[in-house]
Amino acid sequence: MSTDSTSGGAEVGQPPTAESAATGPLVEVREAVKYFPIRQGIVFKREAGRVHAVEGVSLTVRRGETLGLVGETGCGKSTLARCITKLHPLTSGTLLFEGQDITGLSRSQVRPFRRRMQMIFQDPYGSLNPRRRVGSIIGDPFAIHGEGARDERKPKVQELMELVGLNPEHYNRFPAEFSGGQRQRIGVARALALKPSLIVADEPVSALDVSIQAQILNLLEDLQREFGLTYVFISHDLSVVRHVSDRIAVMYLGQVVELAGSEELHGRPRHPYTNALLSAASVADPDQAAARQRIVLTGDVPSPIAPPTGCRFHPRCPKAQEICVEQTPPLVARAGDPDSHLTACHFPVAPGEDLTRVTATIPEEERAE
Amino acid sequence: MSADPTPGGAPEPADRTPALDGAGLALAEPPAAAAPRPGAADIEGRSPWQLAWIHVRRDRAAMISLAFILLLALLSVSAPLLAHWIGWSPTDQDRTQGLTVDGLPVGPSGRHLLGTDNLGRDILVRVLYGSQVSLLVGVVSTLLAVAMGVLVGLVAGYFGSAVDTVLSRVMDLVLSFPFLLFAIALVSIFGSSLAISVFVIAFFSWAAVGRIVRGQTLSIREKEYIEAARSLGANDLRIMFVDVLPNLLAPVIVYTTLLIPIAIVFEATLSFLGLGVVPPSPTWGNMLSDSLDFYQVAWWFPLFPGLALLLTTLAFNLLGDGVRDALDPRAERLFQD
Amino acid sequence: MLRFLVRRVLSGVLVLWLISLFTFGLFYVAPSNVPRMICGRLCTQSQVELITKQLGLNQPLPVQYWHFLDRLLHGDLGYSYYNSQPVSTLIGNALPITASLAIGAAVLWLVGGVAIGVVSAVRPRSLLDRAGTIFALIGLSMPSFLIGILLLYFLFFKLTTAGLAWFPPSGYVGITSDPLEWAHHLLLPWFALAFITAATYVRLTRNQMLEVLGEDYIRTARSKGVARSRVTIRHALRAALTPVVTQFGIDLAGLLGGAIVTERLFGLPGLGELAVSSVTRQDQPVVIATVLLAAVFIVVANIVVDLLYAVLDPRVRLG
Repeated sequence: MSTDSTSGGAEVGQPPTAESAATGPLVEVREAVKYFPIRQGIVFKREAGRVHAVEGVSLTVRRGETLGLVGETGCGKSTLARCITKLHPLTSGTLLFEGQDITGLSRSQVRPFRRRMQMIFQDPYGSLNPRRRVGSIIGDPFAIHGEGARDERKPKVQELMELVGLNPEHYNRFPAEFSGGQRQRIGVARALALKPSLIVADEPVSALDVSIQAQILNLLEDLQREFGLTYVFISHDLSVVRHVSDRIAVMYLGQVVELAGSEELHGRPRHPYTNALLSAASVADPDQAAARQRIVLTGDVPSPIAPPTGCRFHPRCPKAQEICVEQTPPLVARAGDPDSHLTACHFPVAPGEDLTRVTATIPEEERAE
Repeated sequence: MSADPTPGGAPEPADRTPALDGAGLALAEPPAAAAPRPGAADIEGRSPWQLAWIHVRRDRAAMISLAFILLLALLSVSAPLLAHWIGWSPTDQDRTQGLTVDGLPVGPSGRHLLGTDNLGRDILVRVLYGSQVSLLVGVVSTLLAVAMGVLVGLVAGYFGSAVDTVLSRVMDLVLSFPFLLFAIALVSIFGSSLAISVFVIAFFSWAAVGRIVRGQTLSIREKEYIEAARSLGANDLRIMFVDVLPNLLAPVIVYTTLLIPIAIVFEATLSFLGLGVVPPSPTWGNMLSDSLDFYQVAWWFPLFPGLALLLTTLAFNLLGDGVRDALDPRAERLFQD
Repeated sequence: MLRFLVRRVLSGVLVLWLISLFTFGLFYVAPSNVPRMICGRLCTQSQVELITKQLGLNQPLPVQYWHFLDRLLHGDLGYSYYNSQPVSTLIGNALPITASLAIGAAVLWLVGGVAIGVVSAVRPRSLLDRAGTIFALIGLSMPSFLIGILLLYFLFFKLTTAGLAWFPPSGYVGITSDPLEWAHHLLLPWFALAFITAATYVRLTRNQMLEVLGEDYIRTARSKGVARSRVTIRHALRAALTPVVTQFGIDLAGLLGGAIVTERLFGLPGLGELAVSSVTRQDQPVVIATVLLAAVFIVVANIVVDLLYAVLDPRVRLG
């Protein structure tokens, strides 16, 4: 869709030109940092530490694409998503939406933008208010943004219900009367109500039964085609992300470690962490699965309160060397890769390299750090 | 229902999607919800309240209590009418046969069904009028307390941080007041009246409601649907009242029914101590207080107002217990195993 | 532990200070013509002014509050407007009566309520258990003065007229003059005050015990061969007592209210009776003193309850 990912954004604080708003990237995140303070104390709360949830992430989301965000639980992908949709303010960094800088906007200032960016949540049970009728839940966006009179909303809501494959006659039912997959359709309908340009889906299928997952993924794809939606799709499951994404960003401990087109990433993963994730992902073909070498990562994910120095993956990386402890590798295109394939690694994995055979060359005590 | 039941299960959006127009979406599989349902009449869905009502209806003790309360309300509303029909007003002194020759109350008879009090007034009529005060004070002060408690608890729990700290301290303070003593002090300053009784009782009851609501709000605030509402652009006021409040209703309703009998007893106690509604207006509390000097010779004098008071509070407690059971089946019942 | 205690005491002091401010505001700011009342209807204007000056009522409010607080901290509670006696004397006379009533009743309801609760839990669904349920229901619904009237009617009046004068009518005998008569006179008031509250404790103890008795560690102890009674007492009761202690803290505030009513019923000249009669006489120094005394009592008692809580349940961290 979009051709250029680096020069699309308008100047910070400047209203976008008609041209840049129409052709530039939909979302641009620059050096985004999000810390959560940990407070202690009785009367005067002092900051005892901070969780480094997102640290220095730069990303663009192009119009009409699906950008996958993958990583283990706690890697900061959900926090990043909530920063993009302005549910959390950024600690530092810049956020552009349709070319406009919305980083510092207050809650009321950000309201008009909310119409154009919506979220689908992970838990189809937790994200629907159990005490409200489905019709009123789906009609919420209309009510909040003052769209249409009360009696005009019902046909609109029923259209939406139909669109996502729900029986519009169930308008007056409660969420408890629906199955998990149906509830997620309700969440999709609600996100779709105001015809947004961006939908951030935070693990939309991971709470669902596998057989239902495909239905919801197909629905999301159909809707994308239909309305030209842009998705940021978050999952811990690479195989799900691969299925829907045009490009994939792999996150580890609050940073993007590799970013590439979906096929490129799966065909030529360069970061050791991506390799490890791919080797752990489920493979449908049993022959292939048997033939594959599994890369087993040692150790636990370090605490995001005190992340490791240098490359954050070094304590668990099979290729780690001295430099990895000292310097954070930049996220750039590595030699031999296309410009769109970015990797943050000092020693990217060469195609065909067997990671199970290499050993790290940093002393043990530093790994334990 | 404007939509026709979708036959065959597959949605047909073409005729109803002018805004989001497009060819029919090819869904991988029609979801279960879109499957045709022959009995479209049942499609409304039963609300949690309907389900709770069905549950309460099966609870015999709660239903008898409800009937008693409704009957009492009816009687108290029609007290003037009944008094007219019986022939005595609540302050009428029966000067001919209201007292014995020794000046003592007269027992139940055809003339005075429940006997007379120390001034020769009809106890039945006075008990009827007393129910007006008890129900009015009980219900109004409870509603005031609940409204105040919900508001403060909601704000404290929803906003958290400094707002919560201050409001929680205030609630702790009110709860640590020696309330009857303070009520007495308040009455001593402002004089006793119906309005003061209502105010005093509400003032010492709201904090307990506030605490419960605050706790509930704290946990609801973390729910994903609150985040969803925020992501849609809802403001705090809307989230508090549209998204949080409906989830608080169950505990609030339970607490309301259990607070009413406490308020009724509170009022009766104030009246008993001579600090409630001003005599000669009858209340169950001041009738019992008056009867203290006569209980040895006129058992009916304390018995009937006492019985009315006990049955009323009992009925509210049993109803409240049934409502609690219906709205929160996990909570243990107070009175039944 | 010490840090917890210090923090608890500090917050208690804060509460007391706020209550003192509140009481002061209520009584001194509220419009009432105190000097006129003290001096009576036949007073001249100059006499009224003199009294106003004597009481310091002509000074600005903050100054008055400062004097009020200063005197309070020196233990000077002032003089009754009604009979010019020192308030401390009046309270000193009334306090032992209320203390006897309250402590006796608290012991009675704790011991009685918990004991009945334990027995109900050990033999659930027995006759006694069912009786306990009905007892709890009535107790929760019945105002304390109603039970007092019932006790008076049946245990005092009916028995006495039947020739069995087991209970004295009313009044108070000091514990120092005759301990036996002291208890004898207080027996009915104790019962009246304890009966209703005990009902809560029966239910609470029973339900807690039943829950605890079903837990794994109790079954482990049983299977290790620890005697049943020992398990019940040592393990289950200890665990079940935690909510009982919490409830006790809550009920202390109600205890004073109950004491007021009970004193009225049984003609005991205690603090409650003093407060109520002072209210009707508009004797503000006495009312303020009793209210503050009650507040101190509740604050201190709550601190003690919190400490007890920690002793009983090691899981509670005093942080």
